[in-house]
Amino acid sequence: MSTTYVETKPTQELEAFKGVKKVPYEEYFTSGHRTCEGCESAQFMRLIAKAAGPRTIVLGATGCMYVANTSYYATPWGIPWMHTQLGAAGSSALGAAAALRALMRKGVFKDEPINVIAFCGDGGGADMGLAAISATLTQADYNLLIVMYDNESYANTGIQVSSTSPFGVNTTFSTPGKKKRIMHNRWKKNVAGLMIAGHPTVKYVATVSTSYALQAMNSVRRALTIGGPTFIHCLNPCPKGWDFDPAIALEIGNLAVNTGIWPLYEVEKGELKLYGKTREIAEGRFKRLPVADYLLKQGRFAHFTDEDLAYFQSQVDDMWNNWLVPGVIPLRKQAATTAPSV
Amino acid sequence: MATLTAPVKEIRKSEEQEALITGSEAIAVACKLANVDVITAYPIRPYDTVMQYMSQLVADGELDCEFIVAEGEHSQFEIVKHASACGARTFCGSSGVGWMYAMEALTVTPALRIPLVALVGNRTLDDPGAFGVEHNDALSVRDLGWMLVWVDNAQEALDTALIAYRVAEDRRMFVPLAISCDGAFLTHSQSYVKVPSSEQVKKFLPRYDRGDLLLHPDNVISVAPQANEDWVMEMRRQNYAVTERACDVIREVYADFERIFGRKYGNPFFEEYLTEDAEVVLLGMGTLSTPVKVAFDKLRKQGKKVGFVRLRWFRPFAGPEIAKALERFKAVGVIERDLSLGSPDLSGVVATELRSAMYSHAKTRPPVLDFLCGLGGREVTVADVERITDLTFQAANGKQQPLTQWIGLRG
Repeated sequence: MSTTYVETKPTQELEAFKGVKKVPYEEYFTSGHRTCEGCESAQFMRLIAKAAGPRTIVLGATGCMYVANTSYYATPWGIPWMHTQLGAAGSSALGAAAALRALMRKGVFKDEPINVIAFCGDGGGADMGLAAISATLTQADYNLLIVMYDNESYANTGIQVSSTSPFGVNTTFSTPGKKKRIMHNRWKKNVAGLMIAGHPTVKYVATVSTSYALQAMNSVRRALTIGGPTFIHCLNPCPKGWDFDPAIALEIGNLAVNTGIWPLYEVEKGELKLYGKTREIAEGRFKRLPVADYLLKQGRFAHFTDEDLAYFQSQVDDMWNNWLVPGVIPLRKQAATTAPSV
Repeated sequence: MATLTAPVKEIRKSEEQEALITGSEAIAVACKLANVDVITAYPIRPYDTVMQYMSQLVADGELDCEFIVAEGEHSQFEIVKHASACGARTFCGSSGVGWMYAMEALTVTPALRIPLVALVGNRTLDDPGAFGVEHNDALSVRDLGWMLVWVDNAQEALDTALIAYRVAEDRRMFVPLAISCDGAFLTHSQSYVKVPSSEQVKKFLPRYDRGDLLLHPDNVISVAPQANEDWVMEMRRQNYAVTERACDVIREVYADFERIFGRKYGNPFFEEYLTEDAEVVLLGMGTLSTPVKVAFDKLRKQGKKVGFVRLRWFRPFAGPEIAKALERFKAVGVIERDLSLGSPDLSGVVATELRSAMYSHAKTRPPVLDFLCGLGGREVTVADVERITDLTFQAANGKQQPLTQWIGLRG
């Protein structure tokens, strides 16, 4: 028997854009931001705003998309936007959704579906704000979407390690030294999997990539339409923090998928759907590229030895070969590999 | 700005009801009367009794609001902050280290011009653990733009909560306000309270109107974009201007409260007890008033000219008025349940603040002694008050006294 999901107030019916040519011209995130050349996180903001449309409130946690993105007298937002504290993406969305529901019920506001979207970076989402997001995802009868743009570091503050930074990465808090080559020996936190496994009443969780822009927008539209609290995790290549030429930002995003490091999937009411190259990988129609193809294009892995690359590859292989739900949930069919001494 | 035109004659006394309730319950009743839209709860003693009452009111259908149990105080205050930005009247609260856990959210709220109303059930800060009252929790936000008011009985708690919404939500203010109730001594103590009717409250308290600051698709604004050194100073000056207006707004609201509900609080900022012909006075906040008043009734019978000033509003601190009220006495003894470690004269927060106000505004400056007492929720006894009064009289008679003394400390 399938799970019964909580009914919420009606949401906006946002049909998927069927092809790039069907995407509207209207922008709700425009000029005025000060992000770096080739910033995929800012691109994601643009896609979110375009996908959600004008009847939307956006809450933005501290991070690149606040500090570099939204400046006084030069806001890029064409929809209402409010800063929220670093660890408060979940709480801010809940507060806005609660206010709307109460005030519509009491007749103060017109009763209409208004999208509430809170965004955070990986520092705000996977580190500091995890508890608040988790709590909010259990509030099954509020309509809101939390999106985490993941540039795999505290990029705004000068590229420091977060719990979604990949193994071995060179950041300003994990610089290779004379004695220790690998300062960051933690594996990237599986945030989307955590949200799926830990919050059974959530109706929609997805991983997206700005390299798959149309799907990223359609995930946002699906999340807002299906309602309840929903979560989207987006991998956003960061030219400055990852040390690559901004011209290849989209290619880096594609390589993350094609090497199997960044699986693309959506989970709707418990049903897992892999999409894009990830689906082809899972169905054996596409052979994963070696992780070195992705890692060695980025200066942040320039210190990697063959041993490091082999370990990284073995972990990704394990994720595809041994996880009970490959690429998604790390329950294993057999014992995991062990880390090399570092 | 809220304006009130309700003719008083329409309001009949018989609309009031009397109820035997605690300080916490009185606040809950006020929130019900204020038709609060969003409430966030998180458990910590002793403030959390108010949320038990709220939960029951919602469950019984007596209060129509969103009641959200958060996963921590930081979220508790962030949720209501954003709800308020979206136009909702909110309520939340905390105690002791819970209040400190919310500190980041507490810090940004006044700068965002968000009129939260919160209850602080004053509690000792850890470590070591103690449930009893100290005032350092609420006082920790004294420099951040919060308004802070202390009450000493359940009636005053209810009335002040209504006043709090009216003051905080006044467009000239739009800053958060914390009502401090001493843990246990007030949060958990019952007394008879006159509960006004919701019709009366409607006349006193208009709906919260966020106006052009509302976060809504009909009002496309960006709230708190990064400003840096270009504009932060001008924005700080706007918050500073709020504090310049605060005393006038509070006076106005108390006058209107008296007009509509008929209960008089006199000077909003502090209550004076037996001060008229007093030679020395004590000054303190919250339920310390109880042992002081009992002791002073006794000392008056013995012919000792003693009086008490109970400070209600700590922020804004009505410096000129307080100084004017105190300058005529021969000595002032501050009695307080807090510390300000490393402060000038190693005194508490209240005495340090009072001395500052006296230095600037008093024509004559009587000695201001400080008595640190009742920490960790320890009872302040009538005998303690008599000892404090005696020491203050000695100072009035010219005997040198240490500026700060500990009272009720084990030897």
